Parts: sequence; structure tokens; C-alpha cells
Amino acid sequence: MIRVQYVYDLVGLILFLSSLYTFRDRANPRRITTGLFYALYGLAFILADVLPSFVLGLVVIAIVLLAGFGGVRTGSYGEADAADREASRARLGNRLFIPAVLIPVLTVAGVEGLSRIHVGALPLLDPTNVTLVALGIAAVIALIVAWIITRSSPATSLREARRLIEAIGWAAVLPQMLAVLGTLFASAGVGTVVARLANHVIPHHSLFWAVFAYCVGMAAFTMIMGNAFAAFPVMTAGIAIPLIIGHFGVDADRVAAIGMFAGYCGTLLTPMAANFNIVPAALLGLRSQYAVIRAQWPTAVIILAVNILLMYAVAKW
Amino acid sequence: MCLVYKHALFNARTRCCAHPHMTGGISVVLIGVLVVIVGFALRVNPLLVVTVAGIVTGLLAHESPYHILSQFGAAFAKDRYMAVFVATLPVIGLLERHGLREQAQRLVSRVRAATTGRILNAYLFIRELAAALGLTSIGGPAQMVRPVVAPMAEGAAEAAYGNLPQPVRDHIRAHAAAVDNVGLFFGEDVFVAVGAVLLMKGVFDQFHIHSTPILMGLWALPTAIAVFVVHSVRLYLLDRRLRRWLSAGPAAASSSPGEGVNS
Repeated sequence: MIRVQYVYDLVGLILFLSSLYTFRDRANPRRITTGLFYALYGLAFILADVLPSFVLGLVVIAIVLLAGFGGVRTGSYGEADAADREASRARLGNRLFIPAVLIPVLTVAGVEGLSRIHVGALPLLDPTNVTLVALGIAAVIALIVAWIITRSSPATSLREARRLIEAIGWAAVLPQMLAVLGTLFASAGVGTVVARLANHVIPHHSLFWAVFAYCVGMAAFTMIMGNAFAAFPVMTAGIAIPLIIGHFGVDADRVAAIGMFAGYCGTLLTPMAANFNIVPAALLGLRSQYAVIRAQWPTAVIILAVNILLMYAVAKW
Repeated sequence: MCLVYKHALFNARTRCCAHPHMTGGISVVLIGVLVVIVGFALRVNPLLVVTVAGIVTGLLAHESPYHILSQFGAAFAKDRYMAVFVATLPVIGLLERHGLREQAQRLVSRVRAATTGRILNAYLFIRELAAALGLTSIGGPAQMVRPVVAPMAEGAAEAAYGNLPQPVRDHIRAHAAAVDNVGLFFGEDVFVAVGAVLLMKGVFDQFHIHSTPILMGLWALPTAIAVFVVHSVRLYLLDRRLRRWLSAGPAAASSSPGEGVNS
């Protein structure tokens, strides 16, 4: 069976090997701490299931401290200059798209095709994480195809991966840290407090205000947690089930998706959803880390209003 | 229904009061949230903010440092999936080195009808439709936006207006990333067998409320369509904004995006 751990090993290996270049990168004023950051991050990926949680927690704190106090900087990456890129672009043309398109195509094909194949008694792909495993396999095949098309060495692709990894920098770790925070918030009962607050505020005889509180609550709590999936059980149990579904007798099927969408409006608005909002800003080299949120907020606010009206209309109907 | 309602309320109440810190007042539990808001507002490094907020929240909930650190470790291990896109970076980086972005720009500049807004609109359509069919792995900031979509969107603007000032470039790129998110989020719930719909069903099952995944997907459609319409209008406005900034000459272009970038 191809387990998801193999994909994590691959990611860890890429991070760790690229850190070896960083340790020797004299253009980086903090090459030792930067190298340590990526080396530890890579090792944590590989060893996460082997190390006790407490030890892994210590490693995570070390990673945070290295990045949090300015220890992670950028260096020089031996990029191809514009003339070189133009020369190989003219030579390769649209063939350059083949590996890029192979990644999504093979991922989808892997999810659809390989997930039902068994080798002996075991499924070929880890059934709990089919998409991730398929993405990993697709990335490896695309890489081999890219080596052939561009006639490059593995070392070149590793150096190029390092260029992109260090462009993202410490933001790469942020989504995982936010997920940790979400877990701690949930176990401390932050969600219950938010739902109770919302319940205090709304007049109980009004369907509209119940719908309003549920949708705005979903968006607001998603902004705190960075994840609508974490907000949905709390806000639905706190507001939608007792009031909208229980008291006003609205069909659960009609409320669910619109409530979840209200949460997604919150996802578009919050730096806590770092993997969607902060990491892409870093990856695209934007000068403001909030630039993606700024591009999203009008859509988010309008759609939140649409969701409130829609849920109210659907509930009345 | 009434029975269900009482059951839910009862559950919520017992959960509240069984928690020792609830009775102590709302403020204590929310201090972690406050740390995050203040930290982000003061622009302290987000990694530090988040870590401190996590530790504070854990300590206020009377958890031991050992337990808090274990939670950090366990959650890190569980959420490694968020960084799996790193596995695609060797391919993307290599292709960029050989001119992938330039080729994407070139391809677009030969299509006269292509504008930044229309390209992003086409990508929005593909991304949202694919997500609605359960194909969420088509797209992504590392795999599609950085190497292909953003260069195409920038290329269309360059073909029309010449060299772009950096703030305008950033603005277009931010919109490319936004389209990727918007399409993914609001297409996803239409598809029945995906995490979101199963999660919703799971929550209702807990409270013994009947729900039907197909119907939940169906009621996601109006919002999915509304999102496409609203965001398409915004992309049309983006085109108009680019025309206003860039056809007025380079001086106006470098001054106006700073203030207009919010809209």
C-alpha cells in the first residue's frame, strides 16, 4: 500500500535537502538559523509519527522561535536570467505545460482510477487520504517528465524548489500552527461562549434575527478559528438546531449548506485561514501579506448578505 | 421537533456548565482570541502570536505545559496535509526556470479578446465547476495560480498597456489567488460526497435530525450561482479599473493603485 506517510517523507526530504543548500548560502545573513528552520521542519514531517507528541511539540516551538525572532531570511538562488528563460521558452514552447497539467490530471485520475485497485488484501492507495497520495504520485511522475522535457538534473529541480520554499518562508508553517490554535480554542470552549453570546443577543421570536445570528455567527467564528468546519458544529448546535430548526421548524437540509457557505465568507476574510490567504500572498511575492484578503472582502461581504436573505427566504417558503 | 430542540438545548447547557471556566465568566476563555486580534493588529510575527495565544488559552483552561506541548505536536502531525503542495514545487520551480510563466504570458498576449478580468473569469468558471464535480485538486496557488493563471492575467494586461507598475502587478496577482479560493469554496458544497456535506450530515445525525446529502447539495446551488455572478461583476470592474489606471499614462498608474487597491 502507498501510504500517506510516503508523501510526507517526500515533502520532508525536499525541505531537508534544500536546507543543506541554505546552510552554505553566503548571501543569506542568517543562513545557519534559516537552514535550521527548514531542516527541523523537514525532519518533523518525516518523524512526526515516530516521535512522542511532546517531543514533536518542542521541535515545533523551536521552529516558531527560529522564525518568530527574524531567524529566517532569504539568500541567493542562482535563478536563470531573463535571456536564458526566453531561450529555453523558445525551444520548448507549449511542451512546458505538459508537466504542469499532468499534476491535476494525474491526481484526478489517481483518485478516480487507483482508489479501487487492491494489491492482495490491501488497497493500493491509503484509503484515508486518497487525494494526498494521488497528488504525491502525480508530482513525482510530473517531475520525471519535466526532467526529460527540460533535460535537467534532479539537483537543479531541488534548487528551484528551494527558491519557491524560501519565497514562502515561515508562512509555510503558519497553517499548521493555526490548526493547533483551533484545537486549543475548541477544547477551552471558545465556541460555546460565542454561540451563547449570540443566543443572548437575538430576540427569540424572530426568524430573521435567528437566521442573521446564525450566518453572521458562522462567519465570525470561522474568522476566529480560520476554518468553517470547526465553526459549523458549534454554531449549528448553538443556534441553528435549537432555534431555526427546532423552534421555527425549518428543514435541516435547507439550512445546512447556506450556513456552511456563510462560514466560507468568513474564511475569505481572515488571516487565520493562512493556507488560503497568507501562503498564496507569500508564494506570489505580494508586498502586503493581506493583499489576497483585500481582493476577496467585497465578494465575501456581499455573499454573506446574500446567504442571510436566501436562508430567510428558504425558511419562510 | 420540539423534543429535539429541548434535547439540543439541554446538551448545550450541560456542556456549558460542566466546563469549570464557563462559570468564571466569558472573558477568560476569550483572552486567547484577544491575544490573536491584538497580535495581528500590532503586526507581531503571526507565528509568535498564534503560539502565545495557544499557550495562554491552554494555561487558562488549566492544562499542564506538558499537555499543551503534546497538543502542539499532535496537531502538527495531523495537519501536515496542509503543506503537501511542497511536493509539487520541484516541478513548478524547474518549469519556471525554463520559461513556463513567460510562455503562459505569450500564449495569452496573442489572443486579442483576452483581458485580465476575462481570463480570471474563465478560471473562476473552471475552478468552481470542477469543485462542484468533486475535482478539488484542479487548481491551487502553487500548482496553477503562480505558474499559469497569474502570468496569464498579467500577460493580458501587459499586452494591452505595456509594462506594469509593481502595485498593479500585485493587485492582479492577489485577484488571481482570490479567484482560486472563491471558486474552490463555493463549488465544493454542491458535490455530495465531499467532506463538507458529510460533516453537515454528521452534525445533524448527532442530534437525531434527519438530513439528506443530495438535498443539502441542492440547496447549495443558489449561493454557488450567486457567487459566480457577483465575482464575475467584480472581475469586470477590475478590467475597468486597470484601464483607468493604465491608459492614463505611467504617472497616474503608479500613484492611483495605492488608494484604489482596496476596491
